[in-house]
Amino acid sequence: MLEKVLIANRGEIALRILRSCKELGIKTVAVHSKADQNLKHVLLADESICIGPNSSTHSYLNVPAIISAMEISNAQAVHPGYGFLAENADFAERVEKSGFIFIGPTASVIRTMGDKVAAISTMIAAGVPTVPGSNGSLNDDAYRSKKIGADIGYPVIIKAAAGGGGRGMRVVRNEGELTNAIQLTKAEAKAAFGDDTVYMEKFLEDPRHVEVQVLADGQGNAVHLGDRDCSLQRRHQKVLEEAPAPNIPQVARDAVLKACVDACIQIGYRGAGTFEFLYEKGEFFFIEMNTRIQVEHPVTEMITGIDIVKEQLLIAGGEKLSMRQEDVVIRGHAFECRINAEDSSTFMPSPGKITAYHAPGGNGVRVDSHIYTGYTVPPYYDSLIGKIITRGKDRGGALSRMVSALDELHIEGIQTNISLQRDLASDKEFQKGSVNIHYLEKKLGL
Amino acid sequence: MDIRKIKKLIELIEDSDISELEIKESEESIRISRGGQVAISQPNILVPKIAQVSGMPTSSSNEEPVANSIEGHIVKSPMVGTFYRSSAPGEKVFVEEGQQVSVGDILCIIEAMKMMNQIKADKAGVVGAVLAKDGEPVEFDQPMITII
Repeated sequence: MLEKVLIANRGEIALRILRSCKELGIKTVAVHSKADQNLKHVLLADESICIGPNSSTHSYLNVPAIISAMEISNAQAVHPGYGFLAENADFAERVEKSGFIFIGPTASVIRTMGDKVAAISTMIAAGVPTVPGSNGSLNDDAYRSKKIGADIGYPVIIKAAAGGGGRGMRVVRNEGELTNAIQLTKAEAKAAFGDDTVYMEKFLEDPRHVEVQVLADGQGNAVHLGDRDCSLQRRHQKVLEEAPAPNIPQVARDAVLKACVDACIQIGYRGAGTFEFLYEKGEFFFIEMNTRIQVEHPVTEMITGIDIVKEQLLIAGGEKLSMRQEDVVIRGHAFECRINAEDSSTFMPSPGKITAYHAPGGNGVRVDSHIYTGYTVPPYYDSLIGKIITRGKDRGGALSRMVSALDELHIEGIQTNISLQRDLASDKEFQKGSVNIHYLEKKLGL
Repeated sequence: MDIRKIKKLIELIEDSDISELEIKESEESIRISRGGQVAISQPNILVPKIAQVSGMPTSSSNEEPVANSIEGHIVKSPMVGTFYRSSAPGEKVFVEEGQQVSVGDILCIIEAMKMMNQIKADKAGVVGAVLAKDGEPVEFDQPMITII
């Protein structure tokens, strides 16, 4: 069992990590920027260390400061949360080289999955279904690229290998646009990620975003915790998620769940991870793997009863997986609404002081948030201020519970997207289930 | 003796008229003086908050009044690490209180990730107070030395 963990993150996920550490009797060290000294988890942690000024680059992304903080606090391990350094293979490597434990997979696995081209080849070798594509990077040979495009069939999408999470992509509808599109995407990728490697995939017109949660102990044991549907997205950012994914033929579901578990064992995966797929007409297509805890992990926790962050801590402490696949039972349905400090219609960020805050509650309602009355949302970081999660015996029950919870949720002093979420949770099409990843933007008229 | 206990003792002193408090608990003892040093008999205890608390409010309260109650230009730590007053154990300290310093003079060292970082004076004057404790951890922006 780990004895002391440094939490290298902020906001709601840092509080989430702190809670699991506390429950396991693990001491906590909260590192924070100057602006974040009043974060809830900082006030609750056993120790706190200010590691830099407000800017993320000089604080939460500051590797030497974080490792130095681990040294002076004698922390044994670091939990990177999500975002920031969570999928930074160099950080994981430096942590381990400095004699500490990185709570997550090994640096080489992070590196492989961070390179989208390498990740896809790895998945193909492991038997996970992938999107028909170039299966490798595109070079400057325009004729070769055109041939690949013709083989795949238009429309296609050009993607940056170093991108991910919706960044560095361009759709091409006919061969005439292909060469230009490739050059443009390469230039953008070079500017944004420092790497102009691009690849091509079939562009699916009506896909849903369905992902699989896995847990592996790095000692030959792996399980899946079912799937999630995160199709409601705006600019590739998830807005509302649910588990399990509705209306999926069981045969197809079972096959992809098994393929993910097999892949984990094959690549020697360790920790929590998510395989992301596009799902269309009964078929799954792998797009990327996230080698970290995800924002939407609570919906999986609600339907399995498994505490994913606790499992991450136990695995990092050297424990074997505490459950077998048969022990994972999916019960009921869960939804999560991300609450952002932003204007509901313009999406402009809305930092500022929260003058009144009242959280919803009751049976099947969970609130993962670090905010409190009097807390000032800083302007330097992303706008996620909390997550409302509801669970019900079935999808309809969980969804109506969400509407009710959103009615109870009250935040004053800043703008939030609560009214947008209420709209979505009451949306007739969404209530039917199975909307695709373009639905939200179409609904918003974007 | 854990950090929370020590923190509670400090809060006790701050809320009262007590100027010095010494507590002995089996083999451990701690002496806390108002406006001065915190002396703990177990040198291996890590107290990152203490170095900041001695005479100063904790990080959760408004920092403005602190700046006014400390005289002079405050040299704050630019990084997370361990504060040292000399180049090696047993060596002479870089600066003493009352010592004249010029811009560029080495004031102290912060050790971070096995590297020694020299912290130089960015203002000329007389060293007012050494606020950080030799061999103790410092966090980013923690006041270390004042120059009047």
